[in-house]
Amino acid sequence: MAPVRLSALEPLLWGACAVVLAVLPFALSTFQVVQITVFLIFCLLAVSLDLSWGLAGLLSFGQAAFFGLGGYAYAILCANDETPGAALAAGIVAGGVAAGLLGYIAFYGRLSAMFLAVTTLVVTLILLQVLGSTADPSYHIGAAVLGGYNGMTNIPSLLPEPTPFFWTVGGLLFLLIVSGRLLMAAPFGRVLAAIRENERRVELLGYDARWHKLAIFALSGAIAGLAGALFASWGGFINPEVFSLAQSAQVVIWVLVGGRGSLYGAAIGAFLVQAMTQYLGSIGTAYTTLVLGALLVSFVLVMPNGLLPTFLRGLSSIGIRQR
Amino acid sequence: MEYLIVTLIGVVFAIASLVLLALGLAIIYGMMGVINLAQGEFIMLGAYTVVLSSAHGLQLWVGMAMAPVVVGVVGLVVERCIIRFLYGRLLDTMLATWGLSLGLIAAVTLILGPSTEGVATPFGHVAIGGYAVSAYNLFVIAATGFLVALTWGVFNRTRFGLIARGAMQNADMVAALGIHPPTIYMMTFALGSALAGLAGAIMAPLTGVVPSLGLAFVAKVFITVTVGGAAIFSGTLGAGTLLGAIESAVSFISTPIYGQVAMLGCALVVLRFAPQGISGLWRRSG
Repeated sequence: MAPVRLSALEPLLWGACAVVLAVLPFALSTFQVVQITVFLIFCLLAVSLDLSWGLAGLLSFGQAAFFGLGGYAYAILCANDETPGAALAAGIVAGGVAAGLLGYIAFYGRLSAMFLAVTTLVVTLILLQVLGSTADPSYHIGAAVLGGYNGMTNIPSLLPEPTPFFWTVGGLLFLLIVSGRLLMAAPFGRVLAAIRENERRVELLGYDARWHKLAIFALSGAIAGLAGALFASWGGFINPEVFSLAQSAQVVIWVLVGGRGSLYGAAIGAFLVQAMTQYLGSIGTAYTTLVLGALLVSFVLVMPNGLLPTFLRGLSSIGIRQR
Repeated sequence: MEYLIVTLIGVVFAIASLVLLALGLAIIYGMMGVINLAQGEFIMLGAYTVVLSSAHGLQLWVGMAMAPVVVGVVGLVVERCIIRFLYGRLLDTMLATWGLSLGLIAAVTLILGPSTEGVATPFGHVAIGGYAVSAYNLFVIAATGFLVALTWGVFNRTRFGLIARGAMQNADMVAALGIHPPTIYMMTFALGSALAGLAGAIMAPLTGVVPSLGLAFVAKVFITVTVGGAAIFSGTLGAGTLLGAIESAVSFISTPIYGQVAMLGCALVVLRFAPQGISGLWRRSG
């Protein structure tokens, strides 16, 4: 893969997206606005994984764990009468610190990519069991009762009105994608892309690969934590289900289906797969899981690059130039 | 004294069940460097084989004998349809087996229903002084010992084992000697799956059998295999002993959940200092 260069058309695309996000709430019913807000939160989560997996080649199976920790941090601080703004910041910190700790062990211990995947998955599964075992009211942090598998409810929202909340989430996603694209084209992003392609060569050139990987992994975890806090705020509840195997797999499926490395692909994948899940969910959860599993297997086998890169390559092969 | 013996049996049982569940994955990982994320679901399929055969009036032992065959065949099909296209792409293999894991859970839920099935634990209890120990736990310990010895024998005393270990060290050299490494991979994968099925069958009388049964075990199994490292037998036994002892000790003073957390914490510390797993430590010196 060539290093990312921003095309001259890209700011135009950003402008168009900004306009669409700004006017969309006026064209939709309140229900649809609320619905699309949660899709955008999932897009944030997908883009956070793409920053570590697509850019630096660090596949975390535990992105859902950072998301969940962010959500729980938000819920716990809100229950202890902190302002939603402070709770949101706590969500970001929780995701970032968890990812930083795991990343420190993985990168400074020089674990292989596969160990990173297994370790993050195991941490997620154990968080599921730990938080699931907190049903007894004696498990509480300050005034926040964790509630076992029922989770925490009545979490206050960041912004009670749907439309401002939509704009906040949409604005954050917009900011994330734009700054993420700029980061990819900046020297730091170039080093990460080089680490993905050949880590040893990067180290021979004098860069500290461990530090770079740790930085992007913690950043990715922090964004996942932000998404989790927004999710808890959106629905007013959080339960250990966010740490389940299906949820962790879903994040990976979004990015895999949409296509890695461009950030746009991840967001598109999250949107498409989530819309499909929503539809299938009305039939039965087992069908959703079955289809998600089949999707994962078939994309790995048939279209490992995902939809967007394959589509763009198709365009260029029929003679339409793209950069 | 009696109390000490009973506690000791508890610890040995924890270690044995860990080794039993991890053995199949350890073989697949040691052989191909791949973590099969659907291993938990292979364990679940083994347990369901026992449940279904008992429900059809067959003896428990018949079901236990059928489980490795059934799951071995499933493993063979999976290898032929999915894994063989992905050799050399470790992360892709993990992703595909993860999809398989989700698919198997959903398929079993749709076909057999989400309710908990069970089979009665055979053998009753053995009295040690004033304490009663489930005789089936002793059977699990014995069966684990037997299976580890058997697999060790297969890998170290047979022609297949020799070729398999050769392919593990240098597949190109094995190919140059006229043996087709993909065939060896296929057989090893099926063997690892069959062992997972058998482990599930043996554990079935001790747990309720649900489609998500694998999830209860996989975290432990993955930790054991990664901490064990690439050496199949010494690594799995070493990691199983270390982690099983920690888990049962912590479970004993608090709850099983914290036992697992302690196990994970210990595994992370070990991996930080021995990224190749504990068998990497003695490999380097030896």
